[in-house]
Amino acid sequence: MTTAEQTPLLEIRGLRIEGRSEGRWSEIVKGIDLTLHRGEVLGLIGESGAGKSTVGLAAMGFTRDGCRISGGSIRFDGTDLRSAPIRERRRLRGNRIAYVAQSAAASFNPAHRLIDQYCEAPVQHGVMGRAAAMADAVDLYRRMRLPDPEDIGFRYPHQVSGGQLQRAMTAMAMSSRPDLIIFDEPTTALDVTTQIEVLAAIRDIVEQFDTAAIYITHDLAVVAQMADRIKVLLQGEEVEEADTETMLASPRQAYTKSLWAVRSHARPERPPAGPEETPVVSVRGVTAGYGEIPVLHDVSFDIHARRTVAVVGESGSGKSTTARVITGLLPPSAGEVLFNGTALPPSYRSRDKDQLRQAQMIYQMADTALNPKHRIREIIGRPVAFYLGLSGKRLTERVRELLSLIELEPDEFIDRLPSELSGGQKQRIGIARALAAEPQFIICDEVTSALDQLVAEGILTLLDRLQGELDLAYMFITHDLATVRAIADEVVVMKEGKVVEQGGKTEMFRPPHDPYTELLLSSVPEMDAHWLDRLLAERGEVPAGE
Amino acid sequence: MVARRLGLGVLTLFVISLLIFGAVELLPGDLAQEILGQSATEETVAAFRRELGLDLPAYQRYLAWLGGVVQGDFGTSLANGRPIADLIGVRLGNTLFLALYAAVIAVPLALMLGILAALYRNSLFDRAINVVTLTSISFPEFFVAYILIVYLSQTGFFPSIARIDPDAGLGEKLYRTFLPALTLTLVVTAHMMRMTRAAIINLLASPYIEMARLKGLSPARVILKHALPNALAPIINVVALNLAYLITGVVVVEVVFVYPGLGQLMVDSVSKRDITVVQAAALIFACAYVLLNLLADVLSTLSNPRLVHKR
Amino acid sequence: MNGPTPFWLSAVYVALVFACAVGLAAGFRALLALAAPAGLARTLRTAPLTASFGLLVILVYVIAALFAPLIAPFGEREVVGGQFLPWDSVHLLGTDNLGRDMFTRLLYGARNTVGVAFITTGLAFSAGAVLGLLAAVVGGWLDQLLSRTVDVLMAIPALIFALLLLTILGTSVVNMILVIALIDSTRVFRLARAVAMNIVVMDYIEAARLRGEGLYHLILREILPNAAAPLVAEFGLRFCFVFLSISALSFLGLGMQPPTADWGSMVRENATLITFGDVTPLLPAGAIALLTVAVNFVVDWMLHRASGLKE
Repeated sequence: MTTAEQTPLLEIRGLRIEGRSEGRWSEIVKGIDLTLHRGEVLGLIGESGAGKSTVGLAAMGFTRDGCRISGGSIRFDGTDLRSAPIRERRRLRGNRIAYVAQSAAASFNPAHRLIDQYCEAPVQHGVMGRAAAMADAVDLYRRMRLPDPEDIGFRYPHQVSGGQLQRAMTAMAMSSRPDLIIFDEPTTALDVTTQIEVLAAIRDIVEQFDTAAIYITHDLAVVAQMADRIKVLLQGEEVEEADTETMLASPRQAYTKSLWAVRSHARPERPPAGPEETPVVSVRGVTAGYGEIPVLHDVSFDIHARRTVAVVGESGSGKSTTARVITGLLPPSAGEVLFNGTALPPSYRSRDKDQLRQAQMIYQMADTALNPKHRIREIIGRPVAFYLGLSGKRLTERVRELLSLIELEPDEFIDRLPSELSGGQKQRIGIARALAAEPQFIICDEVTSALDQLVAEGILTLLDRLQGELDLAYMFITHDLATVRAIADEVVVMKEGKVVEQGGKTEMFRPPHDPYTELLLSSVPEMDAHWLDRLLAERGEVPAGE
Repeated sequence: MVARRLGLGVLTLFVISLLIFGAVELLPGDLAQEILGQSATEETVAAFRRELGLDLPAYQRYLAWLGGVVQGDFGTSLANGRPIADLIGVRLGNTLFLALYAAVIAVPLALMLGILAALYRNSLFDRAINVVTLTSISFPEFFVAYILIVYLSQTGFFPSIARIDPDAGLGEKLYRTFLPALTLTLVVTAHMMRMTRAAIINLLASPYIEMARLKGLSPARVILKHALPNALAPIINVVALNLAYLITGVVVVEVVFVYPGLGQLMVDSVSKRDITVVQAAALIFACAYVLLNLLADVLSTLSNPRLVHKR
Repeated sequence: MNGPTPFWLSAVYVALVFACAVGLAAGFRALLALAAPAGLARTLRTAPLTASFGLLVILVYVIAALFAPLIAPFGEREVVGGQFLPWDSVHLLGTDNLGRDMFTRLLYGARNTVGVAFITTGLAFSAGAVLGLLAAVVGGWLDQLLSRTVDVLMAIPALIFALLLLTILGTSVVNMILVIALIDSTRVFRLARAVAMNIVVMDYIEAARLRGEGLYHLILREILPNAAAPLVAEFGLRFCFVFLSISALSFLGLGMQPPTADWGSMVRENATLITFGDVTPLLPAGAIALLTVAVNFVVDWMLHRASGLKE
């Protein structure tokens, strides 16, 4: 650790950045101070619109198109990056300051091999020759625990998996042995089990080379593993900053406290339905797929009234495909779906209006789920008119009722377009549209994963309340176990199109587990700075490169 | 991948030949009657039908026609009875010469301007070039041609009538056909430049370009090493599309400059309703068009590492 | 006019014309912004000068087309004097090769040429857009059938295909409208289908399908409002293409037939004058160019707005 007397590696004072939208400049970073010493890792956290990435890029003296630095100073190791000529800034980038982007798949150039992209910065900046750089690449690939380190560099980006690409990108950032690396949400796009490997690899390499880093993320538990200090941002302003232990144990500001509290939300499990009760939805031995290749293999589970079944799994596990089978978008090749004990026609085209009405869906991306050209009145009103035949005054009355139900002021919202709503409000409209059909059963497909934590929390609470009031059965598709803990009664764990384990929530979170469930559960980062160390020790993995 | 595309190309050519042949079959009334006019006697019409082979079933005539075409025999002109191959031979060469001439000027010019406009986008240069190209796209070819004639031919710099002597040297030929080539260049450059600009700008927004800039690379290296290899496929398509467009533009330009090319022959034959000649010319133009597109597809497939290096 | 115009003088002319255009455009924009309701006024005030210039030109053409008989000093087909008379106070722009008043024929040309282009575009657009949307929404064999047909039709260059079809059908205005409409509808189909395809994958369309909505509601209420902006822009672009094709055909003598006043054929009929250094025959060609430029400017602005609002 460094002491305060040393000159800091990076010193940002009163940084202001403006962004342009619709021809007007508005401030998106409003006076940020930041100090980083050599070998130190600073966690930068905040929700969307906090300005984290913008600040991270500004630390390299870089702004994206449509942004400009309007005030403050950025000093890197004695150089003022704002006033330094572009040539000088260019000499620092990729040499003494490196960047790791959120999506490695998009940030590697598809036209070049990984190793050529690795060598580019050190060779161009004159750090080392090409042959040395290539040998170095193999060494770093090995340290990053990439499989086949001798050869993997000779592949093109599209030939390597997401988690491996992210590690290759971290290796590439290390190629010139920089003093500072900016990590911009490097694990956000990855599944939890892959995330662990990448986190461990990043942490090791940063420690080994004693590199300073700014780690940008929205995930508190992740940043707790990586950072020495944490800075919380909200809408371009700093909320508070403290070392990691202090920040986790006793946050001072109300906003930070509320972020912390969300993580611990959990609802007790409702008692299971009696054996005599007919499930609302019953999936029986469903096998389905696109074309020849089956994606689902013999999937069965039940969903009862007033209960929430969480279907959990990583990407490609078949959870969304199950939803498509239930809604009738993808007729199964074997098995059937029963509704209140009666088999539903396999395709939605042959289902009658009432069958369609009874099962509704809420989507992950509220942006694409609402027609951007329709006003709220029409979005919610259409199912009411279509299924229940209301019109005129009674229709408007019902739409207003529904808006009140989802806690939006009817007078204010009824004539708005979706573009005039925030993300959380859009998702509420999605809920209202589902409720407008007066269904018994609603499929919620990752409804909170695109939302900030506090907003997501509000949506979960609303769904929970509505379930009690309207006796709804929910099928909750999610990859996030915190959401499961918050809302589920029963859990179905899926992997590669098969149900691995299912049962009541309390039972599922208590060992012993099926090995895959175990892996999934243990991979969820916890709000504890030592969680990753403990986990790696339990799994018996030694840190690499020793 | 490439083999599949080649197969598709052959299929397209086949369908086009069918279409061009079939379209004539749809002709209302009788071809022989149509040509000889209402005054012709029954016997002459019947004799003429036999001479044209019209008494045979359609598929036999198609096979015979296609067989001939493959060997370079396009049949005889209805208007003057001469073999079409003789009519076409020299003219096809002239047309190709003109198109090539224009392409050699236009392609490098357009690519250069397009890349420059993309690099300095939203600058005064970019805006000016946007207005200028948008304007020249909107000009009919004959308007451009006549403007050039007024300014460059009336002033005595270049001849307005592009008659060429087959024995003339290359320099003489280039001089005589300068105005038609310039017309085509102006028309095609604007299109090609705008499309190049759009393709590059589209590319410059991608995260890997940002990454390259964050590696501290020089702007020239970002463009040449990171943008250009990925821009190859769109640029190849842009060039092919515009060379194909040249083919259509050539028709009008040849008429304005009285240039003895295939386009002029086709227009003359359309007014004379010399169907066999039109058929042959249409087939040649269409083939050139299909082959250009085919070539572009194959080249852009080969330039894409995702398709060349399988997982 | 005697002798070729020197270059510097032309440069001065061009500069003057440009300055006038800018001034007119600015004035027209201010006028429009005053007359329009509040919301629209803001949009209009921020429009680039090119767009307001385009709107002004289109307005002038519409007036000329609608009121041609009232404005024109003579009859459309009336022979009023000697051939190729120079410009004077009676015959503002002189007379043509048959001694008809040039100015009068230019005005009627607005009605004939623009009118025919408009009808053709309307036909091409309605057929192409309806089928394109339908193909995207219904999918399956209908989509396959339509898309493959369009692929084949588009494999032949447009002008060449038009020439072939016109030979078979014979040259007349009706045939030309039908042929061009058919050819251009394939291009509209491609675009409409692509636009609709992007919309069809949206969750709100899935939600509407799962609700049990019929085809009519899906296309009219869910898809069309979202496809409107690109489709309107396509209508503008398509109009330009159609207008240029029709002019080219008429110029080649295969489109509108004499004695109808039509800009394309007017250029052809009076082309000999150009070789004597008289620019009168360029006027109809310029009229074509000006309208296409104007429409392109307006469409460019609309496309820019549509893409800018998405950010």
